[in-house]
Amino acid sequence: MEKNKTSRQTEVIKRVLVELRPYGKHMLASLVCAVFTVWFTLLIPVLTGQAIDCMVGSGDIRVDALVMILKRMAVVVAGTFFFQWAMNRINNYITYHITRDMRRKAFDQMLVMPIREIDSHSHGDYMSRIATDADVFSDGLLMGFTQLFTGVLTIFGTVFFMVRLSLPIALVVIILTPVSLLVAKFVASRTYAMFQLQAKHRGVQTAYADEMIANQQVVSVFSYNEKAKEVFGELNDQLADSSLKATFYSSLTNPSTRFVNSLIYSGVGVAGALLAIAGGITVGGLTSFLGYASQYSKPFNEISGVVTELQNAIACAARIFEIIDAEPVEENDTNRLEDVKGQITFEDVAFSYEPSKPLIEHLNLRVMPGQRIAIVGPTGSGKTTLINLLMRFYDTTGGRILIDGVDIRTVPRTNLREQFGMVLQETWLKEGTIRQNLLFANPNATEQEMIRAAKTSHAHEFIKRLPKGYDTYIKGDDGNLSQGEKQLLCITRLMLALPPMLILDEATSSIDTRTEMKIQAAFATMMEGRTTFVVAHRLSTIREADVILYMQNGKVMEQGNHEELLQMNGYYAKLYRSQFALEK
Amino acid sequence: MKFLLQYLKDYKKESILAPLFKMCEAVFELLVPLVMAAIIDQGIADGDTSYVIRMCIVLVVLAVVGLIFAVTAQYFAAKAAIFSAAKMRKDLFCHVMDMSAASHESMGTSALTTRITSDINQIQNGVNMFLRLFLRSPFIVLGAMVMALIVDVKATLIFVGVIAALAVVVYAVMKSTLPIFSGIQRKMEKIFLAVGENLEGARVIRAFGNQEEESAAFADSTQALYGDQMKAGRVSALLNPVTYVIVNLGIVVILWFGSTQVNQGMLAKGEVVALVNYMSQILVELIKLANLIVLLMRAVPSIGRVQQVMELQADERIYTDKEVEGTSTQGAPAVEYQDVSFCYPDGSEPALSHLSLTVSRHSTVGIIGGTGSGKSTLLQLLYHRYDVTEGQIRINGQDVRSYTREELSKLIGVVPQKAVLFHGTIRDNLKMGREDVTQEMLEEAATAAQADNVIAAKQDGWDEEVLQDAMNFSGGQRQRLTIARALAGRPQILLLDDSASALDVATDAALRKAIRDLTWQPTVFIISQRASSVMDADWIVVLEDGVCVGSGTHETLLRDNEVYQEIYYSQFPKEGQQ
Repeated sequence: MEKNKTSRQTEVIKRVLVELRPYGKHMLASLVCAVFTVWFTLLIPVLTGQAIDCMVGSGDIRVDALVMILKRMAVVVAGTFFFQWAMNRINNYITYHITRDMRRKAFDQMLVMPIREIDSHSHGDYMSRIATDADVFSDGLLMGFTQLFTGVLTIFGTVFFMVRLSLPIALVVIILTPVSLLVAKFVASRTYAMFQLQAKHRGVQTAYADEMIANQQVVSVFSYNEKAKEVFGELNDQLADSSLKATFYSSLTNPSTRFVNSLIYSGVGVAGALLAIAGGITVGGLTSFLGYASQYSKPFNEISGVVTELQNAIACAARIFEIIDAEPVEENDTNRLEDVKGQITFEDVAFSYEPSKPLIEHLNLRVMPGQRIAIVGPTGSGKTTLINLLMRFYDTTGGRILIDGVDIRTVPRTNLREQFGMVLQETWLKEGTIRQNLLFANPNATEQEMIRAAKTSHAHEFIKRLPKGYDTYIKGDDGNLSQGEKQLLCITRLMLALPPMLILDEATSSIDTRTEMKIQAAFATMMEGRTTFVVAHRLSTIREADVILYMQNGKVMEQGNHEELLQMNGYYAKLYRSQFALEK
Repeated sequence: MKFLLQYLKDYKKESILAPLFKMCEAVFELLVPLVMAAIIDQGIADGDTSYVIRMCIVLVVLAVVGLIFAVTAQYFAAKAAIFSAAKMRKDLFCHVMDMSAASHESMGTSALTTRITSDINQIQNGVNMFLRLFLRSPFIVLGAMVMALIVDVKATLIFVGVIAALAVVVYAVMKSTLPIFSGIQRKMEKIFLAVGENLEGARVIRAFGNQEEESAAFADSTQALYGDQMKAGRVSALLNPVTYVIVNLGIVVILWFGSTQVNQGMLAKGEVVALVNYMSQILVELIKLANLIVLLMRAVPSIGRVQQVMELQADERIYTDKEVEGTSTQGAPAVEYQDVSFCYPDGSEPALSHLSLTVSRHSTVGIIGGTGSGKSTLLQLLYHRYDVTEGQIRINGQDVRSYTREELSKLIGVVPQKAVLFHGTIRDNLKMGREDVTQEMLEEAATAAQADNVIAAKQDGWDEEVLQDAMNFSGGQRQRLTIARALAGRPQILLLDDSASALDVATDAALRKAIRDLTWQPTVFIISQRASSVMDADWIVVLEDGVCVGSGTHETLLRDNEVYQEIYYSQFPKEGQQ
């Protein structure tokens, strides 16, 4: 198990390296800058010490040497400035570039990813992968990488410089080092559990607040307000308690490492001073030492944070790569559909969402150009699945579907989908103006064409009443538009780009029956000469179809026109009577 | 600010002691270089070993005392920040719970939730860090300067110069990057939105073959974000190097100046070392201070946003006094609408105009009409979700506005259009915190609402958990449970707002029969798009564009009313029409 995890991590790291390859030169430059920055930074305490040693006492200053040292310091400082700045810039470049490119790759992949994937995964998860994880990955990777690198360099550099100055004092520091590590680890391990508890309480409280606020009207109607306040109060107290612990424990890190650092500082002070009295080190040397000692614990703190950060970054990377590296859907472009007449044939089609549960089996159907096919049946009977197969959102698992005699799996999906116009029960509108939405399928339509289409679909009247008419900005989940109004917009959108075949899946389910009647004429013109598939509940819509398919459990139980099916006196007749023989 | 202070007031002791203790810690830290100077100038110079050891003990003591002060301060800071934020969160939630629909809608659900969660978290973090650092960091920076003053007056000038230069740099960098950062935030949101939208609309986008356009649009958004990030990066990449240069050049100047002072015997070597140390301390604290400022910059707008909600009038509705005893005469009709008109706060055209309707007790009223005809509004006015703009609505002879929320919720059972269930068990959901609802009442309600078999089919029956968004129940099951919830309190008036739309025709009919047969005989309002659901009501109101275009029984309306005929025949085609 543990081994599995490591091997997966190694795999992800390998994959990350592939992603980083184009930035090899930049990474190298960044590392060179880091080496120089660390080296120069560590030179400053040495030079300071040497400068102090030039001041022997009153009236005894080695001015020439001092000037030389100060000049060198100025040069070193300027060098640090340059390399640190260059490193920051290069790192920014790499981070932002990688994030941008990974996001684009993931997004493009998302556009062609099988619908099956989209249907079966939480959308929020994909969103956080592409938006948040990409950031965490590049930030964590780069920050982690540079901090780890500079941290290790600083520690070795410091030890190197200290040993060169004086071995005994260096030993004092090296012996005290583990204390610093232990303290940091102790605090971190305590804090982790506390933070998890806090996160849990916070999650529960947020969910509760969200639920109560979103449904406040129901809460209010039942006068549940006071009870809700009470529950929230309890959750709030719980959260405050765990927050206090988490915050307090985590805030111990700084004082306690500062404390350990002070101990090291005192240790260096006493050892150095005693050695100085014995003549083993100059005052300047001691000053250099103190300079190192005061900053010694900093890289340790940074490195201890880096490991978690890197692990986190790798976890995020794995999640994004899952999208980017997903098997692309295969495209076959041996054929192209052109000037489609609209003859559709299902030949012994079989399909199932899960292999263990066969849904559609042995489905045979022949549709002549321009025919209207209505599909009826109880929920779960496979009506929408039929449409999924026609549009190749899903592929058949057996048999084949032909359009004008061409197997749809031999044409590119875009070419196939161009032949269909579609309105679904679940309305989808882009965030943008009404105009942008209507012109979504056909950006070249003129203003007049757009308004004409809106008038035919009876959307024009309500659009007119909106604050800015066609320029009203709508959001995806806008509460200002009713479901019915959204459906009218989707219908208008389709009217502006009319392909040879149509699919209407409960396209008017939320439109009231009177408006629906009014747009029937528009629908009739739209369907004229176009092979059309209609899924609907309302039998009034269905009666006029050329062919009615009664589906149940993935099978076509009955097939024929309204009169024929009524005469058959089977499922359809029963359904028809249950709807129409009401309350008689 | 005053808003925040009123919450910190309860933690006055902690809020004052935390920064004070941090300041004490800073004082001890500032003493360290002086002790070190003494070690160099007296201990080493005189070769006094015991003095060196004594001074080192002093250093350790300073460290221990510093630690104690720091830990105490951290505790006080955390306590003040967390408990005041908790109080604020509770108050805000209570305020939101008391909001009327109009106030709630003016803010929006997601805005209200973010105020309670992330905004208050920002404030909590801000307060915590502020209490910890607002005295410490500036104190160390200024303290280093004061210490320099003790060591050598002239050296102070160098410190003043360095600190001024640093202040200018930090200010300039912050000022030029902050607006870019808020731009980055907005662009991030756009990317988030684009991803969600494309997942949601995958079928439509592919059906219209718009992938390339979407891909190009996304590339543009990421490019814009990249541009902003690089722009901000250009400036902020300078911050560390520039402050480093300023401080270290300051050290060079101190060394040069120190050497002349040492030469003249004005300063000892150890004192020069102390000055250098003070300069280094400034650099470390300055970085912390810059981080604190960024954090505060984020917290301050959050305070404003929370305050905005708190100051929003929770309930703009009018509550009148109860009319004189006895006006609620026994004979008064259950519900009366008297020339009622209503305009939504942001709507220009009235949603309902000049509606009059009298409903006698125990009768059933059907309301029918197209999308946006004002059906729901009519019922929402009855349970005082909004105030009527004109006219009056009376329940049992008394103005709706004279009832309290509790009284109305007892009197009226509402089944809203959207079948919402809460996280918890089925029993919790049907009971909704009402103490006077017994299990017997629950069961009776469930049976009437045709929900008894829904509950029986669940493994845990009444104790079955309702998951987030009631995902473990179908639309029809949810509707039946919400109807049972309204029935459980045995209200005098029952409002069904298109609440049987997901039920099949047979269940719908059975439900209406069960409601007719209820022993306590409520007055019932049924809204529906289906003519079949309202046609057996005692009275039917036909609405169009907020106006009552006809009312009567099914038979009279079908004979005389054009709109009703259209609706009816769109659902029940005339015999022999084809």
